[in-house]
Amino acid sequence: MTAVTTAMPTAEQHGIKAHSDGPIVPVQTRSERFKSYDVTDFAPVTGREAEWRFSPVSRLTDLTGAPLDGSPYAVQATDAADISVEWVGRDDARIGTAGFPEERASANAWTGFEKALAITVAGEGRRELTVVRSGLGSAPRAAHTIIEAKPFSNAVVILQSTGDARLSENVEIIVGESANLTVVSLQEWDDTAVHLASHFASIGRDAKLKHVVVSLGGGIVRVNPSVHLAGAGSDIEALGLYFADAGQHLEQQVYINHDAPHSRSRVTYKGALQGEGARTVWIGDVLIGRAATGTDSYEQNRNLVLTEGTRADSVPNLEIETGDIQGAGHASATGRFDDEQLFYLQARGIPEGEARRLVVRGFLAEIVQQIGSPALEERLHQAIEDELRGTEGE
Amino acid sequence: MSVLEIKDLHVTVETDQGIKPILRGVDLTINEGEIHAIMGPNGSGKSTLAYTIAGHPKYTVTGGTITLDGEDVLAMTVDERARAGLFLAMQYPVEIPGVSVSNFLRTAKTAIAGEAPAIRGWIKEVRDSMSNLRMDKSFAERNVNEGFSGGEKKRTEILQLELLKPRFAVLDETDSGLDVDALKIVSEGVNRAKATTGLGVLLITHYTRILRYIRPDFVHVFVAGRIAEQGGPELADRLEDEGYDRYVDTANVE
Ligand SMILES: Nc1ncnc2c1ncn2[C@@H]1O[C@H](COP(=O)(O)OP(=O)(O)OP(=O)(O)O)[C@@H](O)[C@H]1O
Ligand SMILES: [Mg+2]
Repeated sequence: MTAVTTAMPTAEQHGIKAHSDGPIVPVQTRSERFKSYDVTDFAPVTGREAEWRFSPVSRLTDLTGAPLDGSPYAVQATDAADISVEWVGRDDARIGTAGFPEERASANAWTGFEKALAITVAGEGRRELTVVRSGLGSAPRAAHTIIEAKPFSNAVVILQSTGDARLSENVEIIVGESANLTVVSLQEWDDTAVHLASHFASIGRDAKLKHVVVSLGGGIVRVNPSVHLAGAGSDIEALGLYFADAGQHLEQQVYINHDAPHSRSRVTYKGALQGEGARTVWIGDVLIGRAATGTDSYEQNRNLVLTEGTRADSVPNLEIETGDIQGAGHASATGRFDDEQLFYLQARGIPEGEARRLVVRGFLAEIVQQIGSPALEERLHQAIEDELRGTEGE
Repeated sequence: MSVLEIKDLHVTVETDQGIKPILRGVDLTINEGEIHAIMGPNGSGKSTLAYTIAGHPKYTVTGGTITLDGEDVLAMTVDERARAGLFLAMQYPVEIPGVSVSNFLRTAKTAIAGEAPAIRGWIKEVRDSMSNLRMDKSFAERNVNEGFSGGEKKRTEILQLELLKPRFAVLDETDSGLDVDALKIVSEGVNRAKATTGLGVLLITHYTRILRYIRPDFVHVFVAGRIAEQGGPELADRLEDEGYDRYVDTANVE
């Protein structure tokens, strides 16, 4: 974006060069990180691990440490031609093809799930499907979801979560050759909910995935997408939007692994924070491997701080193992409200509260507008509006 | 008959080096339908005057008054001033990402009028004003000032002036950066607003060329935070020939 957040203390832009920054520099490259789907292979979580260092681990011990209920739960899915939604066994051939857990909550869910929810997209015309789960209860549970887009298919799949939950889950996204898939993970949980998710996407030759994480509701919500650009010419557009209110912890760790020539990635996450203890974390790791010649990547995170008492961490990392790339860059900025924008709007008669809402809505609209589902966009504009109503009377 | 009165206005700004006085006793009365030009060297405080009238929080009024038809403008918030009928066309209009021009205009009109404008009439009014200002329709759907050229930003300011129909407008170097065609178009817009609504104008400029299209009733020479001399349109021509040297010298002697 053309910075809403001007004059930020942490604003930065970097060009093409292997680079990492942020509070802690990783000791190993991302590709060497330990992976396993067996929870017993991981040591108990201490909070010092790279993948846990920003998370409130003491409030997550049931999900990272103890066995989970892995039974199927109630889902409601809309109808869409050529898209099937069904529960499948652990022996389904697709399980484990998109990725493996890299941390203990993810491995715990993998060890504990009994059946996986499989969403399979076929056909060629564009389709849209919404899967809703509401209220998974307060007992800790595991879940596993597979979303497979068959070659040449084209769909928008929206995963929507509401109500209460203590959930650790894995979502595998398999995008076949030349398929065009959008996956939206929409977290509108109650404030009591705790949700830890790892998404693993594998993108085939000339295929495109748009992956969108929208986190609005929930006490602790951590959605970590790992994307493997596996086929030549594969493309990921990773979008994220989050709005943290008082006491909410919203986290996302994005990992883009360029592993094929001419692959392209764009990562854009934007968040707003308001209220005492509102907390957000964004970590963006991009790895451009030796095989990934001629790739083009850019990642950015922007945070808009609306009140005192909030904290936003933003840590971009870029590792490049080949000299032959088209472009690679990252940007990260966390800033307060731009008073000049406010003045401009007020100078046109718009009262302060409304002017603030207009600016925040505009800031987040950049993400909403790119989702590509008009009905969902309309709903999200409304949801953001509702979040903003919370500012009034302050 | 509306009147905007500025009396003995003193204004300071907070800088890294401490509090700096900028306006040192400005007196100015603008009646409905009058056009006042303010000319003066860089840094003399012209924009400070403009921002102070609009209520920018960076500037602190340490003395004097501003009233609009007797109402205390200084007691009003920024948006209250706009709703009372004051308008500032800014020297550097601000970009608002993610907010479309059409949404912005409708929101502002609603705030100023106190109710949402009737949709069909409003759309036509916006379209007509844009076409008068030779602005392409596509600007309505673009984000406010984002990626606009300097001239496009100035036209957008005048578009707002025409649609929001204030009683008094301060135009802070609206002519800067405009080519001669754009200058004419923008001037016509200001003249239209004056003709249809009796707008009073405070026009800040460095150049006499805009005064050929917007004829001033009064010209004020602004030096070192106050009005050093005033006269009719002929004063502008003299300033163009002679510059500000003699005023600056006097100011420095004080
Ligand atoms: N926010 C600020 N911080 C520090 N100094 C300021 C600020 N605003 C104005 N000033 C100073 O006050 C003085 C008057 O500035 P102002 O912008 O009003 O001048 P101007 O007459 O509009 O000049 P120009 O013709 O260049 O637009 C200048 O010396 C300027 O540097
Ligand atoms: Mg100026």
